[in-house]
Amino acid sequence: MNALIKRVAMTALLVFWALPLCWMVLASLRPESALYATTATATAGFGGNHYRALFAERRFWQPMLNSIVVASSTTLLALVVAVPCAYAMARLQFRGKRALMAVVLAISTFPQVSIVPSLFLILRALGLIDTIPGLVLPYLTFATPLAVWLMAGFFRELPPDLEEAARLDGASRLRAAVEVALPLAAPAVATTAILTFLYAWNEFLFALSFTVSPDRQTVPVAIALLQGRYQVPWGQILAAAVTASVPVAVVVLAFQRRIVKGLTAGAVKG
Amino acid sequence: MIRLRRRPLEIRETRLAWLLMTPTLALLAVMALGPLVATIWESLFSHDLRLPWLGRTFIGLGNYTEAASDARFRQALAHTVGFTVTTVAIELVLGLLLALMLDALVRFRGLARVLVLLPWALPTVVAALIWRLMFADQAAPAAELLDWVVPGSSRVDWLAGPQSAWVPIVLAEVWKTTPFMALLLLAGLQGIDRTLDDAARLDGASALQRFRHITLPLLRPAIVVALIFRTLDALRVFDLVFVLTGGGPGTSTEVVSMYAFTSLLQNLRFGYGSALSVIVFVIGFSLALGYVRMLEPVREAR
Repeated sequence: MNALIKRVAMTALLVFWALPLCWMVLASLRPESALYATTATATAGFGGNHYRALFAERRFWQPMLNSIVVASSTTLLALVVAVPCAYAMARLQFRGKRALMAVVLAISTFPQVSIVPSLFLILRALGLIDTIPGLVLPYLTFATPLAVWLMAGFFRELPPDLEEAARLDGASRLRAAVEVALPLAAPAVATTAILTFLYAWNEFLFALSFTVSPDRQTVPVAIALLQGRYQVPWGQILAAAVTASVPVAVVVLAFQRRIVKGLTAGAVKG
Repeated sequence: MIRLRRRPLEIRETRLAWLLMTPTLALLAVMALGPLVATIWESLFSHDLRLPWLGRTFIGLGNYTEAASDARFRQALAHTVGFTVTTVAIELVLGLLLALMLDALVRFRGLARVLVLLPWALPTVVAALIWRLMFADQAAPAAELLDWVVPGSSRVDWLAGPQSAWVPIVLAEVWKTTPFMALLLLAGLQGIDRTLDDAARLDGASALQRFRHITLPLLRPAIVVALIFRTLDALRVFDLVFVLTGGGPGTSTEVVSMYAFTSLLQNLRFGYGSALSVIVFVIGFSLALGYVRMLEPVREAR
C-alpha cells in the first residue's frame, strides 16, 4: 500500500516535469494549425518545416552565434578573474576577509534591474551599447561572484599539506598555489565553468536592455521578440525554444553529477 | 614593551591576497557597486530622457513619495510579494517531497536527476513560452488537463483573466525552480546522520514521527539556505512574467522589476525608474539580512 502511494506520487511528479518538455518538442514539429491537435490527428504534416524557416528566413543562427560568443567569453573572463580571488579568500590570511566575502555574495543577490539604469549610461558613454563586450561586461557582475563563491568552497576543502610540502621545498606562496593547488582545482574549474555558462546562456534582462538591433540579440531575447507580420509564428517560436534548449540539454546530460555537486556545494556550506 | 611587529611573512601573505583579489574587486566596484550607488544618486533627481529640455533637477526624495502614492507601483509590489510567498511556499513543500523521493529512489536515479535538472537549466524564457502555449487555448494541453480535474474549467480563458493569468505564471515558476529547491534539500538530507533515525525506528517511532522530530529539525539549515536563495530570486522575477503575460491583461500581472524596467527604458523616466529599482534592492537586501539573522542560531548550534 505504502509502496503503491509512493509509486503513484513519484510518477505524478515526474510527469509534471517531463510532459511539458515532451509537448514542446512534439509541438515544434507540427504545423501551426495542428498545434493543439490530439495525438490521433497529430502525425499529419509532421516535420522540420519550422526549423527550416527559423534558420533560413529568420537567420536564427545569428542569435545562436551571439549567445555562444557572449556566454563563452563571460565564462572565460569570469574564471580568469575569479579563480585567484577565490584562492586568496579561501587560503590566505588577511584582515576583513569575512566582510569581503559577504560583499561578493551580496552582489550576486542584487536585483539586476537596480543596476540597469547606471550600466546603460556607462555603456552608452563607452559606446558599448549594442555590442558583444557591452553584454559581457554586465554579465561579469553576476558571473564573477558566482565563480568566486563556487571556487572558494572548493579551495577551502583542499588539504593544505600538499602546498605546505611544496613550500618546505622552497616554493613561494604563489608558486605553490599555481603549481600544486591549481592543477588539483581543474575539476572544480570545470564545474564552475559549466554553471557560469548556463547562467550566461539563459540571461535575459541585461541582454534585453543593452541590445538594440536584431543582429546583436542573444537567444533568449530573440525568442521573446520573435514576431510575425500578421500573426504570432508559434511554430517557429517553439522551434527556437527547442533549439535554445539543445545546448543546455547536452550539458545537463553530460555533466549532471557535476552540476548537482556545484549547485549544492555553494549553497550548503552557506 | 614594544608591540611586536607583524612578521614579514604575514605581510607578504596579505599583500599577495590583495594582489590576487584586485581584478575581481576592481571589476565589481566599477560594474556593480558603482552603478548601484549611481542608481541611488540618480533616484534623487527628476530626469526624463523624453523631455531633455527639462534637464536634471535634484528633487530629494520626490521620486519615492511619488512611488508611495502611485497605485500602479503599489499594485506591482503586492503582485511581487504575493508571487514570492505563493511560489516559495509551494516549492518548499513540493521540493521536500521530491527530495525525499529522490533520496528513497534506488533505480532510475540518474534519469530522475536529468528530468528535474532540465527545467532548471533551461532558459526562463523557454519555460515561460511552454507554459504560455500550454494555456493559450481551450484545447491546449494544460487547459484540457485542468478541465479533466475541474470539469468546465476549459471555458476559462486562462491568460485573459486578471486572476486566472497567475495560474500559468505560478505553475511555470514552480515547474522551473522546484528542482533547485529539491536538490539543495536532497544534499541536506544526504548529510544527515542516519543512526538517529535508525534508533528511533527501533524504538517504534512511525515514519511520520521520525520525519517531524528527527529529519525536519536536522534539515533546518538546508531549508533556510534554500529559502534565502529562492526568495531573493523570486523577488526579482522579470523574464517569466515578461514573456508569459507581458504583465497583462492590462497591468494585472505586472511585477515591480517590470514596472521599473518600463519606467526606465520605455518611458525613459530615469529618475523615477531608478527610485523603483532602489526600492526592489532595499526589499531584497533587508530580507537577506533578516534571513541571515535566522541562520545565526543554527550556525551556533552546529
